[in-house]
Amino acid sequence: MTKFKKIINAIGLPRLIICLFFGGILLLAAVNDLNMTSYIGSILKYWGMWGILVLAMVPSINCGIGPNFGVSLGIVCGLLGSLLAIELDIAGKINASVPGLGPWVSILFAIAFSVVVAWFVGVAYGKLLNCVKGSEMTVTTYVGYSIIYLMCILWFRAPFSSGEIKWPLGGIGVRNQVSMESSFGSLLNNAGGFYIGGEEGIYVPTGILVFFFLCCFAMYIFNQSKTGKAISAVGVNPQFARASGINVDKMRIYGISISTVLGAVGIIIYTQGFGFLQAYAAPLAMGFQCVAAVLIGGATTGRAKISHVILGTFLFQGLLIMTPPVSNHLLAGTDISDTMRQIIQNGVILYALAQAKGGNE
Amino acid sequence: METQYVLKMDNISKTYFGNKVLKGVHLSVKPGEIHALMGENGAGKSTLMNILFGMPVIHNTGGFEGTIEVDGQPVTIDNPQKAMELGIGMVHQEFMLIPGFTAAENIKLGREITNPSIASAVFGKSMETLDKPRMAADAKKALDTIGLNIPEDTMVRGLPVGYMQFIEIAREIDKTGVRLLIFDEPTAVLTESEADRLLDTMRSLAASGIAIIFITHRIDEVINVTNSLTVLRDGTFVDRVETKDTTAARIAEMMIGRKVEKLVDDTDDTRTLSDDDIMLSLRDFTVDMPGESVRGIDLDLRRGEILGIGGLAGQGKIGIPNGIMGLYHAEGKAVFEGEEIALDKLGDALQRGIAFVSEDRRGVGLLLDESIEENVVFTAMQVNKAFTKNLGFCRLYDKKAAKTHAEEMIKTLDIRCTGPEQYAGRLSGGNQQKVCLARALTTQPKLLMVSEPTRGIDIGAKKLVLEMLVKLNRETGLTIIMVSSELNELRSLCDRIAIVSDGKISRILAPQDSDADFGLAMSGSQAGKNTEKGE
Repeated sequence: MTKFKKIINAIGLPRLIICLFFGGILLLAAVNDLNMTSYIGSILKYWGMWGILVLAMVPSINCGIGPNFGVSLGIVCGLLGSLLAIELDIAGKINASVPGLGPWVSILFAIAFSVVVAWFVGVAYGKLLNCVKGSEMTVTTYVGYSIIYLMCILWFRAPFSSGEIKWPLGGIGVRNQVSMESSFGSLLNNAGGFYIGGEEGIYVPTGILVFFFLCCFAMYIFNQSKTGKAISAVGVNPQFARASGINVDKMRIYGISISTVLGAVGIIIYTQGFGFLQAYAAPLAMGFQCVAAVLIGGATTGRAKISHVILGTFLFQGLLIMTPPVSNHLLAGTDISDTMRQIIQNGVILYALAQAKGGNE
Repeated sequence: METQYVLKMDNISKTYFGNKVLKGVHLSVKPGEIHALMGENGAGKSTLMNILFGMPVIHNTGGFEGTIEVDGQPVTIDNPQKAMELGIGMVHQEFMLIPGFTAAENIKLGREITNPSIASAVFGKSMETLDKPRMAADAKKALDTIGLNIPEDTMVRGLPVGYMQFIEIAREIDKTGVRLLIFDEPTAVLTESEADRLLDTMRSLAASGIAIIFITHRIDEVINVTNSLTVLRDGTFVDRVETKDTTAARIAEMMIGRKVEKLVDDTDDTRTLSDDDIMLSLRDFTVDMPGESVRGIDLDLRRGEILGIGGLAGQGKIGIPNGIMGLYHAEGKAVFEGEEIALDKLGDALQRGIAFVSEDRRGVGLLLDESIEENVVFTAMQVNKAFTKNLGFCRLYDKKAAKTHAEEMIKTLDIRCTGPEQYAGRLSGGNQQKVCLARALTTQPKLLMVSEPTRGIDIGAKKLVLEMLVKLNRETGLTIIMVSSELNELRSLCDRIAIVSDGKISRILAPQDSDADFGLAMSGSQAGKNTEKGE
């Protein structure tokens, strides 16, 4: 009995339940003869697409701020960078001289631009969070919501002139969905992508996964650095950090800025994988999905590891992709898929937050 | 004819988890008498009072031995209500008042006077209405008795601390049949004039026949106001004397006592200390640390010495190292090795080679959920960039070097653990303290400040830690400031001991100075005045 308990403790009860649930869903899908290869391909793709957004939770959790529900701040920076890349038609211009290079320059420009903007936004955001110590989770949630709606106004009146971005009927402002085809849509997904088991098999989006793992590795290296260690000490025990001469507020600002930057990079990667840039309220709940994923992966509100990100994103996206078709198949005609998705996503957040043990324990 | 006592506690012994904290203590108080209960921190005063009140903490840990008599009748007090019924009241050190209630409501809280109403006829007694006029009258009477001139409908919130203390007292004497009142260090939070008034109130209460047990550290107050006193030391009963038969110096000596045990063996001392070679000097140094504020001290530290800083809790001794490290807001001048420390710059003292082992081991001293290795090298890594590999664009943690060093430290300091990977939180108190020491030493400091290094660790580990400090001082010439509440420890290894009282240095003594000197220095600046009076 105690041995059994030990194993459960090592894996973590919530993770165990989710794993079993996911396994069950996969089994049901296979038994019901659903198109498994296509679903598994989707899971791989969404794993890479969401991975960096989820990775953005690590620095904010480790610096003591907790899950960054306000990752939308970084997301809008990323959207801005992508839109600018389209507006300037970087891909088209480069392609005219060196065919094939355009999308790469375009995505690099978008990343570089939004990283710089996101860093400054992150610093300001960090200063705000330093004023509200103790209620960060509430404040990040509010910030995440309000920035999306503030940006709705901006998107609507933004003076873009590219035909790809403007409303089709003319005027100014960003349309609901901007196609990424002319810039860097599916660039990483297709880079080095291959099928396992022929044309009908599982498609492995090599580029996006490689980029995701590279980011994870970079984050891991950063965590091993002097600053990384300082940030993590601030998160675990601010008093201890102070006694070692560390400026607690500054480290928190670093943590949240890195989180915001990762949010910006994350949405660019997401957008290229999705093929469309979604402005307005589309990213509203993205923060919640990221938090849910990292918590499923085994993180607490006080401690997160890279492994939590990798495992959590896979499980969470896997669940979101597999549950709707399976439930639709089992409850034919009810079209319950989106409801199921909502219930799972929010249920997981609620469950994980309820399980989260006050950080320092 | 035998003297009639209102309270007589005989041969009281109490053991907490195998640790004997009270060993055959006696306490007896006559009616209308002010009796002082004195002793250092940890002498057993609180435990004795907890027994008298039948607090659950006593009964949950196996009860106690000995007898209690109230008015000559043997009684068993197994819960606080029982004590209250017997007419024993307590004025707490921390106020137990509700800020949003008026003085009258606070005084009558839980003992409200009520009238029947329609609702109470249906729903029972809890729905009766308050009889405000009668409650106000009672409260007024209680307030008048102690001479506090405020309207009884004043809101408690916003009243000066001293007034709150008086409302507490008013609540106790409003209880019917109160015959014994206990004041737990009531003057600790009061200003001088408030304290004087409180002492007057105690006298008039005693004159009305109520016996008072007065718990305090302040010898001058005891001389001024009490009739008799009992001194405890380390859980043992020292003596019960009439105040008129003793002196302040004698009381201080009884409180401190001379312990024969020697904590540190003598070692070869080849040091030469010179008043001209000053390593650290503090001038008009103040620290704003809650509960431990330092109010302007001047102190010089000679190179190579072990300087002790002692004093009672809350007097400011702990504030000194915390202020130097920049952990709390400090003002004044702190000159280290000829250069002024930027007190408002966190980490400046660390950069200059001052290391600090905090008194709050688990809160400030350790990352409990990290390995010993990480704990040991953390500060050095952050301050001196030690244990890092330079990759050009960033500095990475050098795991191998850190591990080697941690293993070395585990060996030299004899840290009992399963290896450098063990979590610091899993170690015993003494070994945790050694990890803290190891972390401080890893920064290769010129000056080491240790605060309460033996708090909460067992006697064997205590000896080891203290011996370690002496060894470091003698062998490597490390200058050490040691802050401790345990005077005995300070006296067994320090070259000089500065006694802090009320945020100021009251005296700097040599370890071999008399107990009376130490006692007087610890009991505060006013003690001198009263010594003359006593003698």
